[in-house]
Amino acid sequence: MQIDIKAKEVKPIRHTYSHIARRFGEDKPATRYQEAVLDVQAVDNFHYRPTWQPDKELYDPTRTAIIMEDWYSFLDPRQYYYGTYTMARAKQQASADQSFKFVEKRNLLDQIPTDVKQTILDYVVPLRHYEWGANMNNYQICAMGYGAAITSAAAMHGADRLGNAQYITRIALALSDNDTSVLDNALAGWTDKTQWQGLRKLVEDSLVVQDWFELFVAQNLVMDGLVMMLFFEKLEAQLVAAGASTYAMLTEFIVDWHAESMRWVDKQISVAISESEANADLLNGWFAQWTDAAQGALAPLADALFDNGSEVISSITESLKSRAAKAGVSV
Amino acid sequence: MANKLNMRDRYKLMTRLGWETSYQPMDKVFPYDSYEGIKIKDWDAWEDPFRMTMDAYWKYQGEKEKKLYAIMDAFSQSNGHLNISDARYVNALKLFLQGVSPLEYQAHRGFARQGRHFTGEGARVACQMQSLDELRHVQTQIHGMSHFNKYFDGFHDFAHWHDRVWYLSVPKSFFDDANTAGPFEFMVAIGFSFEYVLTNLLFVPFMSGAAYNGDMSTVSFGFSAQSDEARHMTLGLEAIRFMLEQHEDNVPIVQRWIDKWLWRGYKVLSLVSAMMDYMLPESPMSWKEAWEVYFEQNGGALFNDLARYGITVPDYAEICTKEKEHLSHQVWGILYNHTAAAAIHTWMPDDAKMNWLSEKYPDTFDKYYRPRFEYWRDQAENGNRYYSQTLPLVCQTCQIPMGFTEPDDPTQISYRVSEYNGDKYHFCSDPCKAIFDFEPEKYCHAWMPPQQIFQGNCGGEGLPAVLEHYKFNLGADNMDYVGSPDEANWNLWKGLNGSVSGDVKAS
Amino acid sequence: MSTVFLALQDVDDSRPVVEAIKKDNPSAVVESQPAMIRITAEGELVVKRETVSNESGTDWDPQDIHLILISFGGNVDEDDDYFKIFWQD
Ligand SMILES: [Fe+2]
Ligand SMILES: [Fe+2]
Ligand SMILES: [Zn+2]
Repeated sequence: MQIDIKAKEVKPIRHTYSHIARRFGEDKPATRYQEAVLDVQAVDNFHYRPTWQPDKELYDPTRTAIIMEDWYSFLDPRQYYYGTYTMARAKQQASADQSFKFVEKRNLLDQIPTDVKQTILDYVVPLRHYEWGANMNNYQICAMGYGAAITSAAAMHGADRLGNAQYITRIALALSDNDTSVLDNALAGWTDKTQWQGLRKLVEDSLVVQDWFELFVAQNLVMDGLVMMLFFEKLEAQLVAAGASTYAMLTEFIVDWHAESMRWVDKQISVAISESEANADLLNGWFAQWTDAAQGALAPLADALFDNGSEVISSITESLKSRAAKAGVSV
Repeated sequence: MANKLNMRDRYKLMTRLGWETSYQPMDKVFPYDSYEGIKIKDWDAWEDPFRMTMDAYWKYQGEKEKKLYAIMDAFSQSNGHLNISDARYVNALKLFLQGVSPLEYQAHRGFARQGRHFTGEGARVACQMQSLDELRHVQTQIHGMSHFNKYFDGFHDFAHWHDRVWYLSVPKSFFDDANTAGPFEFMVAIGFSFEYVLTNLLFVPFMSGAAYNGDMSTVSFGFSAQSDEARHMTLGLEAIRFMLEQHEDNVPIVQRWIDKWLWRGYKVLSLVSAMMDYMLPESPMSWKEAWEVYFEQNGGALFNDLARYGITVPDYAEICTKEKEHLSHQVWGILYNHTAAAAIHTWMPDDAKMNWLSEKYPDTFDKYYRPRFEYWRDQAENGNRYYSQTLPLVCQTCQIPMGFTEPDDPTQISYRVSEYNGDKYHFCSDPCKAIFDFEPEKYCHAWMPPQQIFQGNCGGEGLPAVLEHYKFNLGADNMDYVGSPDEANWNLWKGLNGSVSGDVKAS
Repeated sequence: MSTVFLALQDVDDSRPVVEAIKKDNPSAVVESQPAMIRITAEGELVVKRETVSNESGTDWDPQDIHLILISFGGNVDEDDDYFKIFWQD
C-alpha cells in the first residue's frame, strides 16, 4: 500500500458529537467533561417497567418533585469526569498517605494527651457511620436521579464518603495502635450512647427519603454543612488547642475535600432554585425542615463537647444559612 | 511497635460500617432485595471478591487514567487514525460506540442501585466500585472515539441512536431487561453471565482486532477497561456462589437466571460475531475460534466448578455449538440488507476475505454463504446494490430480525410463536420463546422497532421519515462502504486510487 | 483438573510478573497474542510478591497486578503476599 499522507488534506469533518453541537447551537470543539456527561443517559423508548418500581420508567424525571427544563443544567463546576476525578483524588490520597506515614513513623500521636485522644475516639470516630450513611444517600441519588451530569458526580461524591469513613477508621487505628476494639466502642456509641441518637435518627430518616433531590438537600447541603463545621472546624480547633495538632494533619483530606465539594453542592442548589419558583419553594421548604431537624439532632453532641454548646449550634447554623442564601435559598 | 492487621481483617474494618437501623425499619431502608425469592440467611458470609480501599482505588485508577489519556492525546495529535489498516475497520468502532458504550453507562447506574440497596455491606461496596468503573468505561470510550468522530461518519449521534435505531434495540433491550429486574437477577445477568462468562468474547476479540488493525487508541482504552473487568468478574462469581451457598431454594432460581442471561447475552454478541468475521479487515481469530476458547473451554471449566452446587450448563449449549458455524454469516447478511437504515457501512467481502472465511468455516461457508455473497457482490458491482426498504419482523425477546436458521437445517428460517392475552408474539428460537413464556407480562411491553415504525411513532411513514427521525446524515452515516464519504476521505488522505479530490464532505 | 488462565497487557510493567510466574509455576504455558500475554496452567497459578519484587528490584504489591491485568479464568485469592487464580477440584 502506498503511504503518502497529504497532511494538509486531513481535516476534521466535524468537531464534536451532534447531541453536543445541538446544545451549543453550532459544531465547535467540546471539552472532555462535556463529551463525558452530556446526554449520556437514555431518555426514550424504554423496553420494560422496573420490577422494583413498576409505576416509573427505568430513568424517570418524576422521582423528584423538582422540575427541570434541562437536567443537564446540573453541571459540575469542577468538571469532573472519571479521569479528572481519580487523578485529583490520587494526588490528595498520596499526600494524606504521606501525612499518616510521617505521623506514624515518629509516633507523633503519642504526644496527644490521653483525654484528648479519648475525645477523638468517642466523638469523631463514630462519624465513620455517619459517612457510611452519606455514602448510601449519594448512591441513591446516582441510582434514582435523572441525567448523567448530577448522577455521575453523585457517584463520585458517594465514593468520597466511603473514603472519608476509611480515613476516620485509619485515624482510630493509628490512635489505638491497631486495637480494633476502639471501632467496636465507636459503633456502640453510635447505636447506644444518648448524645449520638439524634444524629443517628436523622441519618436513618434520610435513608428512607423517596425524593432524590430532597435527599440531596438534606444530606449534601444541610447535614454535611452542619456536621463538617461542628466536628472539623469547631471541635478540631478545640482539640488542636488542647494539644492535638498532629491529629489535624490526619483530617486534612476530609477538610480539603469538604471545601472542594461545597462548590459542587452549592452549584446544584442554585441551579435548581433559579430554574423556577416552584423549585425554589420546594428547596426552601426542604432546607428549613432539615436544618431544623439537624440542629436538634446535633445539640446533645454540641452540649457534650463545648461549654457553650447552644452558641456553637447557632453559630454554625447561621453560617450554613448564609452559605445557603448565597446559593439562592430563602432562609 | 504497632500491632499488624492482615489484609483481610483490615479490609473488613474499612468496609463493615453499617448498623442495624432502629429509628427506621431495616426493610424500609433496604426495600428491594427480598421480592425475588432469593433467601439470604447471613450476609456476613459474603466473601469480598477483592480488597481495595478507596485510597488504593484512587491511586491505581488515577494512574491508569493518566497513562490512557496520554495515549489518546498522542493518538489525536499524530492523526493516529491514518495508521489503521483500512477505513472499513472503523465500522467496528461505530458499532461499539452505538451499541456497547451506552451499556457501560447502564451498568454504572445498575451497580449504583445495587450498591445502595443490597443489605450486605461487602456486596454494596463491591457494587459501588464497579459502578464507578463502568462510568469510567463509558467516558473513556466516548473520549477514545471522539477523535474518530471528527474524521468518520456513524459516530456523531450515538446516544440519540441508541434510544431509537432498530438494531440498537438488541443491546438496549438486553440491558433494560437487566436493569428492570431485581438486584439478585441483575447480578446473575450482568455480574455473572455478562461480566464473567461473556465479557472475554466481547473485549478480547475487539481489542485484539484493534491491535491487528493498527488502532492503538482503542487497544489502550480496551485493555485499560479490561483491567477493571477482572474485578468485575470476581464480583460476579462471588455473587453467584454466595446465592447458591445461602440456601438450596436459591439454586433453581439461579439456574433459570443463568439459562436466561447466557442466552440473552449470546444473542447480543451475535453482533460481535459479524464484527469479528466481517468488519475487521485483518482478523486475529474467527468468531468460532473465540467461542471455542472463551465459551466452550473457559466456560466449561467454570461450569465444572459450579457443578457442586447442582448448577448445569444450559440445555441450549448444543444450539450454540451448531450455530457457531453460521452465526456471523447470517448476521452480516441481515446487516448488509438493512444498511439503508443503519448507521454503519457494510460491504461484501473481497476474495481474500472469502478465502479466509472458507478456511475458518470449512463446513459451512462455501456451502451456504459464499454463493449468496458472491451473487450480492456481483449485483453491487453491476450497480444493483440491494437495500431492503422495510424492516423485517424481529424476535420479541432478543429483538434481532428473524434471519436465523433452524439449528439442524441451515436452509430453514427458525420461527416460534406464543400467544399471550390474545396477541401473537414471534421468536427466533426456542430459548427466546422460553424466556418470554416465563414472564410474558414483562416481555409483551418491549419497545419493538418495526411495530413502532408501523404505528407512526418513529417520525412517520416510510423509510425517509424514519431516517430523519433517527437524525441520520443520509448517504453518509448509512449505505454501503463503497461510495461513502468515509471511503472517499480515506482514499484522499492515503493518496489511494479512486480518490475524488475536492469532493469530500466538508461538514 | 480444569485450566486456569491469566491475560496480562503486553507492557513493560508485566515483564517481572511474567518472569516470576514462570519461576513459581514451572508448568505454566506463556503465549504472546496481539497486545497481550496469555498464561495458562492446570488447576492454579500463583503470583508471589517476593518473586516479582526480586525480578523488578522494587517492592511489588500484589494489588499492583490490577494495573496490567486484562482477564482471567478461575477463582481469585488475594493476600498481602500473593495473588492466586485457582479452580477448586
Ligand atoms: Fe465495563
Ligand atoms: Fe464490567
Ligand atoms: Zn430471539
